[in-house]
Amino acid sequence: MAPRKRITMHDHAAEASLFKRRALFTFVCVILLLGILLSNLYHLQIRSYTDYETRSNDNRIRVVPVAPSRGLIFDRHGKILAENQPFFTLELTPEKVKNIPETLARLSKIIPISADEQEDFTKSLKYHRRFKPLTLKTPLTEEQVAIFSVNQHDFPGISVVAGLKRHYPYNGLMTHALGYVGRINDKDKLRLQKEDKWKDYAGTKYIGKQGIEKFYENLLHGKPGHLEEEVNNRGRTIRTLKSVAPEPGQDIYLTLDLELQKKALELLDGRRGSVVAIDPRDGGILAMVSSPTYDPNQFVHGISSKAYGGLLNSRARPLINRATQGQYAPASTIKPHLALLGLDEKIVTPKTRVWDPGYWQIPGVERKYLDWKRWGHGWVDVNTALMGSCDTYFYDLAYKTGVDKIASFMRPFGFGERTGVDIFEESAGNMPSKDWKRMRYNQPWYIGDTISVGIGQGYWTTTPLQLANAAAIMANKGRRLVPHMLSSIKDNTSKIDSPVDEMAPIILNDQNNWDIINESMMNTAHKSRFKDAGYTAAMKTGTAQVFSVAEDEKYDAETIDEYLKDNALIIAYAPYENPEIVLAVVLENAGWGGVNAGPVARALLDEYMLRDNLEFN
Amino acid sequence: MNPQSHRPNIWQRMHIDLPLLLGLLALMCFGLVVIYSAGGEDLALMERQLFRMGLSLFVMFVVAQINPEVLRRWAFPIYIAGVILLIGVHFFGEINKGAQRWLNLGFMEFQPSELMKLAFPITMAWYISKFPLPPKKRYLLGAGIILIIPTLLIAKQPDLGTSILVAASGIFVLFLSGMSWRIVGGFIGSVLAMLPVLWFFLMHDYQRTRVLTLIDPEKDPLGAGYHIIQSKIAIGSGGMLGKGWLDGTQSQLEFLPERHTDFIFAVIGEEFGLIGSVLLLAIFLYVIGRGLVIASQAQTSFARLLAGSITLTFFVYIFVNIGMVSGLLPVVGVPLPLISYGGTSMLTLMTGFGILMSIHTHRRFVDR
Repeated sequence: MAPRKRITMHDHAAEASLFKRRALFTFVCVILLLGILLSNLYHLQIRSYTDYETRSNDNRIRVVPVAPSRGLIFDRHGKILAENQPFFTLELTPEKVKNIPETLARLSKIIPISADEQEDFTKSLKYHRRFKPLTLKTPLTEEQVAIFSVNQHDFPGISVVAGLKRHYPYNGLMTHALGYVGRINDKDKLRLQKEDKWKDYAGTKYIGKQGIEKFYENLLHGKPGHLEEEVNNRGRTIRTLKSVAPEPGQDIYLTLDLELQKKALELLDGRRGSVVAIDPRDGGILAMVSSPTYDPNQFVHGISSKAYGGLLNSRARPLINRATQGQYAPASTIKPHLALLGLDEKIVTPKTRVWDPGYWQIPGVERKYLDWKRWGHGWVDVNTALMGSCDTYFYDLAYKTGVDKIASFMRPFGFGERTGVDIFEESAGNMPSKDWKRMRYNQPWYIGDTISVGIGQGYWTTTPLQLANAAAIMANKGRRLVPHMLSSIKDNTSKIDSPVDEMAPIILNDQNNWDIINESMMNTAHKSRFKDAGYTAAMKTGTAQVFSVAEDEKYDAETIDEYLKDNALIIAYAPYENPEIVLAVVLENAGWGGVNAGPVARALLDEYMLRDNLEFN
Repeated sequence: MNPQSHRPNIWQRMHIDLPLLLGLLALMCFGLVVIYSAGGEDLALMERQLFRMGLSLFVMFVVAQINPEVLRRWAFPIYIAGVILLIGVHFFGEINKGAQRWLNLGFMEFQPSELMKLAFPITMAWYISKFPLPPKKRYLLGAGIILIIPTLLIAKQPDLGTSILVAASGIFVLFLSGMSWRIVGGFIGSVLAMLPVLWFFLMHDYQRTRVLTLIDPEKDPLGAGYHIIQSKIAIGSGGMLGKGWLDGTQSQLEFLPERHTDFIFAVIGEEFGLIGSVLLLAIFLYVIGRGLVIASQAQTSFARLLAGSITLTFFVYIFVNIGMVSGLLPVVGVPLPLISYGGTSMLTLMTGFGILMSIHTHRRFVDR
C-alpha cells in the first residue's frame, strides 16, 4: 500500500505550472484559429465584397420587362387602320382562394366558363406559383366585365385585368397590305436573337407577321421599359424598387386611301382578283386590294387550326396577296410598252402599216397565230393597233424585235424584278429571255416563244403591282418612283414625311415617243369605257389565256371550267394631262378584260377623280 | 495575501463569477438582437428563446452551487449511465430528420449525447487526475477506451457534430494534463491516418457530399451547395459595416437557410458587417480567456482539467460553426453557442459554465 501511495503522490505546484503552460499554449492556438476565421471574413467581406454584393442583388432583384404599346397605323387622311384595344382577362390568385372548385362553380353561374377553359386552368394550376395570378378566361366581353364587377366582393382572389391587343377595325379590308400581328413563335425568336433584338421583346407577346405590320416592325414596336422588383427566395414580389416607363412605338401614316380601298373591295365583290392604285406623282400606293380576303383579327390571339386549315386549303387561296404575289400573264396591257419599244428602236414608225387578215404567220412557216378578231383588223398603224388591241401587229413587232431586246427594254419598267414595295410578300414575276429559258428549262428559245411574248403571254408573268408600276412609269414619261405605302411617321406632334425613293428615269432615244403612246391610250379610253367620263383618262385592257386553246379549237366561255377561263386585266390612269392616279386591275377567270375589268377601273377612277373635285369645290 | 480578500463578496457567496457572467449575458443579448431580425421579427420566437435563456441561467446558478468534489465522485457512474443511454438510443431511439438521437422519456424528449458532452470531460478529468501528471503512457490506454466508446456511439447516430465536440473535450483533457508532445504528435498523426478510414467506412453519403460541397459549392448550386453559397453571399455582401439591422436581404428575403439556428452567423455578417463579426469574436475571446483564467486558478488537477476542457470545447463550437458558415469547414450541425436559436445546446453550455463558476467559487483559501 505504502509504495503505491508514493507512486500516486502528486506534485501540486509542478502540475499547476504544467497546466498553466499548456493553457497558455492553447490560448495562443485559439487566437491563431480565430485569426484564420477573421482573415477569411476579411476575404469575404472586404476583398470580394463587390462580387458578393452583385450576387446578393441578383438574388433579390428581378427585372420585369414592360412591353411598349404598339404604334398605330393610319391611312392618308388620318383614319385609323390598326389600333390597340383594351381587352379583359379574368384571373385567379390560387393562394387567395380557399376552395377553388367551389369558387369556380359559383363563378360559372354568373360568367360562363367552358369545360375547355376549366381544364386549361386546372392543368396549369399544378405548375403555378400560388401567389401569382393565373388566367381563367380571356377575353371577357364588356357585359361580363360589368357583371363580374358588381359581384366582385363574392370572389376574393379573382380579378379582372385589362390588357391591350391589336385590333383592325376594318377587318378584311386591308388585310394583305397591313398584314397582322400574332404571338411571337420560335422562328420569330430565333430571328430576333440573330438580329440582337430579342432583349427588346422580353415583355412583348405580339410581333408583325405580315404586310406593313411586319415591314415596319422596328418603327411600330417601341422600346420596352422595366420594373425592378425585390423578390424573396420563392419569387414573391416584396416591393418595386424602380420603374422605367416603356417608349411606345411610333404611329405611322400610310399612303393608302381608306375610301378608295373600300370602293375597290366592293367592286371586286368577292371575285378573285386584285386592284392596285398608285399616285404617280410620288409612288404612294392609294389602294392595294387582294380578293378574296380574310379577317386578320382572328390571327391576333391565335387562329384555330380548323379555321386556318379552311383558309389554307381554300381553292380561292385567300392567304395570297394577289397584288404583289399573284403572277399573271399581262396580256394586251403591255402592248403600249411594246409599241413604245417598236417606235424607239425604229422597228416601226407611227406611219408603219400592217395588214391583219385575222392571223399571222412566221415567214415560210405554215402555222397560223390567230388574232382575237377572227376576221382581222385590216390595215393597222400603231395607234389603231393599240386601240383595237391588234394581235397581228404585235406578233409581227415581236418577231422583228427579238426576245432579248424586249427583255432588256422591259426590265427598267420593273418587269421581272421586285418593285421594292414596303411589304415582304412580293414576287418578281418573270421577264423571259433566251438565257433565262436555257437556265430554267435547259431548252433553246423558239421563235414561237417570242410571238407569245409579243402579246404578253407565254413565259411573261407580272404582278398587279408591277403592272400598275409600269403604267405609272408610262404615265410619268420615264420618271421612276419606287411604289410604297409608308407616307409619314408621327413624331411627338408633327409628322415626318417618309422620303420618296426615286430611281434614274428612263430616257428614250426620242422622248416624243412617250406622247405618241400615251395619246393612243387616251384615245383607247375615250373611245370606249371613258367616253362619258367627266375627266380625261388613258387605259389599256387585256385578256389573258390561262391555258392554251389548240389551233383548231374554239374557246367557249360557257362550257369551260371556271378556273380555266381567261383573266381580265386593265391598266388605266387619270387625268391624262397630269396623272394623279394609276391603277391596275386583274380579275381571275373573269373573261374579257374590257368587259369585266373595265367597269371596275372606271368606277374607281370616278370615285377618286370626282370625289377630289367635290373636295376642291 | 491580504486576509481581506478572503472574505467572500456577495457574488462569491452566490457562487457567481461576475466577469464570466457579464460575458455570457453580452453574448445572449447579442443573440436576441440577431434572432429578432433572423426570425422575421417573430415575438413568440423571442419569448421562447428568452424562456430558454432564463432556464439556462437558472440551471447554471444551481450547478454553480454544487461543489466540484461532488462531480468528481459521481463522474464515473454518470459516464456509465450515459453510455447505457446511448446504447438505449441505438435500440429504442426516435428517428428524427434521418438521425436517431432522441430518447422519449414519456414526458420529454431527451438527447443522451447532450448529457455526454458534460459527463465525458468530467469522467476524463476524474480518470487522468487520479495519477500524477504528466500521465504515464500506460494510463493512456484507459483514457482511450473511455474516449472511443461514446464518440463512436454518437457518430453512429449519426451526429458528427456532437461526436467531434465530445471527442475534442476528452482530447483537451489529455493535452492539458501535460501529455508529452511526442504522444500528442503521434495522436494527431494517427487521426490523420484514420481520415481515409473515416471517409470510406464510417461517413454517410450525405456527410461525404457535405465535404465535397465545401471544396466546390458551385458544382451543385441548388442542391448541396445552396446553403454554403447563400451563406457566403450573405456574409460577403455585408461588407465592412453591414446592411443594417433588419435590412439583410439574404436573410429577410429568406435566401439564407437555417438563418436563426445554425447559420445565424451569416445574418450577423450580412447585417453588421465585418465590424459586427469582429465584435462578436472579441466577446467570444473574452469568455474563453476568462474560462482559461478560471482553469489556471483552480486548486486541483481535476478542476483545472475540467474547466480547461469545458472552455476549449466552447471554442470548438465557435470555430466549427463559423468555419462552416463562412465556407471553411463542411456543414456539420453545430450551433453558434449562446447565439443560435434553440434550447438544448444552450442548456448544456450553461451547465458547463455553471461548473466553471462552481470551480472558481469553491476554492479554499489556505495560508501556506
